[in-house]
Amino acid sequence: MDFITGLTQYMIENRSELLALTIEHIVMVAYGMALALLVGIPLGIIAARYQKLAPIIISATNILQLIPSLAMLAILTLYMGLGFQTMVIGLFFYSLMPIVRNTYVGIKEVDDSVIEAGRGSGMTPLQLLGKIQFPLSIPFLMAGLRVASVIAVAVACLGPYIGAEALGKEIISGISLQSDVKIYAGAIPATLLALIADFMLGKLETRSKQRMA
Amino acid sequence: MIELKGINKIYDDGFQALKDIDLTFEEGKINVLIGPSGCGKTTTMKLLNRLTDYTDGDILIDDQNMKQINPFELRRQMGYVIQNIGLFPHMSIFDNVATVPKLLKWNKHKIRERVDELLNMVNLDPETYRNRYPAELSGGQQQRIGVIRALAAEPSTILMDEPFSALDPISREQLQDELTKLQQEINKTIIFVTHDMDEAIKIADQIILMKDGEIVQKGAPQEILANPANEFVTEFIGEDRLENVLPSIQDMIQSDYPSISLNTTVEQSIQLLSRYQISDIPVVDENGAFNGIVNLFDLLNNKRTDLKTFIHDTLPTITENMDSHRLMQIFHEHKSTVYPIQTKEGNLAGVVERKQLVHLLHQFYMNKSGDSEWSS
Ligand SMILES: Nc1ncnc2c1ncn2[C@@H]1O[C@H](COP(=O)(O)OP(=O)(O)OP(=O)(O)O)[C@@H](O)[C@H]1O
Ligand SMILES: [Mg+2]
Repeated sequence: MDFITGLTQYMIENRSELLALTIEHIVMVAYGMALALLVGIPLGIIAARYQKLAPIIISATNILQLIPSLAMLAILTLYMGLGFQTMVIGLFFYSLMPIVRNTYVGIKEVDDSVIEAGRGSGMTPLQLLGKIQFPLSIPFLMAGLRVASVIAVAVACLGPYIGAEALGKEIISGISLQSDVKIYAGAIPATLLALIADFMLGKLETRSKQRMA
Repeated sequence: MIELKGINKIYDDGFQALKDIDLTFEEGKINVLIGPSGCGKTTTMKLLNRLTDYTDGDILIDDQNMKQINPFELRRQMGYVIQNIGLFPHMSIFDNVATVPKLLKWNKHKIRERVDELLNMVNLDPETYRNRYPAELSGGQQQRIGVIRALAAEPSTILMDEPFSALDPISREQLQDELTKLQQEINKTIIFVTHDMDEAIKIADQIILMKDGEIVQKGAPQEILANPANEFVTEFIGEDRLENVLPSIQDMIQSDYPSISLNTTVEQSIQLLSRYQISDIPVVDENGAFNGIVNLFDLLNNKRTDLKTFIHDTLPTITENMDSHRLMQIFHEHKSTVYPIQTKEGNLAGVVERKQLVHLLHQFYMNKSGDSEWSS
């Protein structure tokens, strides 16, 4: 009981600091996601269009994701130094695989007869992509984005090790100070963020599938 | 006009789907491709809008080699109803139907009108269905949308791959009628694939019967029914159907066959019969009502002078709108050189001659082994 009052008190007293860290966390993840979408969608499309490139692209992004997060971030600091950008790039690398793979699968999954109807209507390959294949792959893309952002919220907690302050700051200083309160004060918002991201993107995913059945 | 000249199609895996196809699709005609599954009907269709390329040969569209035509333009001028419907699941019915008009950049107002017109044509209320999504329609409704999507931009040629297969018999008949009407009104060239021989006979100007990538026989429905090229065709058409292709009485009737009136003399009657080189002649009264037949031999062998005494009326009454199978039965049971046909008021409408019926029988049974069941 004491602990909960203590924690609540700490969180209220430090609310502006915690809020700032949470926002920082969100911004970092958002940048990483945006980059991953920006690069991942075209890569997924290229993989779907040029079947020969598909295994190369997919396994490359796969390998990126297999590198342990701390190791990847450490390696990145060798080239980019410490700071916010380094973390964004790390998150970007981590999120690339689910986005690329799901875009690729989403496009591949489009029913052959739908493609044929599009081609038969006289659509150019670009129109086919823009009007048919890509819109139909969006539910898959949404699922990828959801997985990616949950991972990214977690990885972003490692921020303080590479000089990117966010909710990880509370957690890690909590570890060194052996302060349960600090650890929880960082862990709870971080978990909530992951839950909210999962929930909201899940909703988006369902909506994007609606009426298409 | 679309001409296929010596077309061969070998798929990447080495399978030869089409063998030396020579085929002409005339402008403004309904051409029906029919044949067992896998015989190459869909492949033939896809060559026409270049969804697949042929291996060798030539396809000419209005005398121009098809390879010289931009494939995207070509497809926009050729409606295509694909075999599996293939509606775009993420688009409303409106957007589905409007696909090609939008590609052709029609103005919004015109597109809207056209979509409504087409929805009405296939009995789907625009208010109700315009904003639905394909998943919210029944299979038959989806198929109707597939058909009107292909018609939307008023293409000059329409390729239809089993377009009515998911429809109930009533909607199917309705759309077949709609299609023939459409084709007569606006002179479209239609290439239509079906498995249903009744459908083919009903709508086709030309039927192309295929088997294993080859054309077995092509021609007008009546031609094919009357002269099946071989065993396979006969079997494919079905024996029943061969028996059912008797022309109607209306089509056989000779309305200019001579007749005589009751007050004609015996002498005049004999002269008339010999002038026309016939042995039997129908007799009508002053109102045109049919009274019976007189026969040349009766007239020659008797000294009686009143024509009325020669009239016999032993044949069952045959009316214009009677089923021709019944006529065949009468033909079988009652020998006569002519069969007078009456209107439903009892007036003489004309005759069918025995030799016409004999000729028909010969035609239909030349290719068949044997027993006739006209009475079925
Ligand atoms: N892409 C392909 N690669 C190899 N073979 C193919 C390909 N597409 C079709 N075929 C083969 O070509 C033949 C003709 O196919 P097609 O689709 O034209 O048949 P169909 O007459 O339309 O049959 P159905 O009535 O079943 O629709 C079949 O034996 C089929 O297996
Ligand atoms: Mg087919």
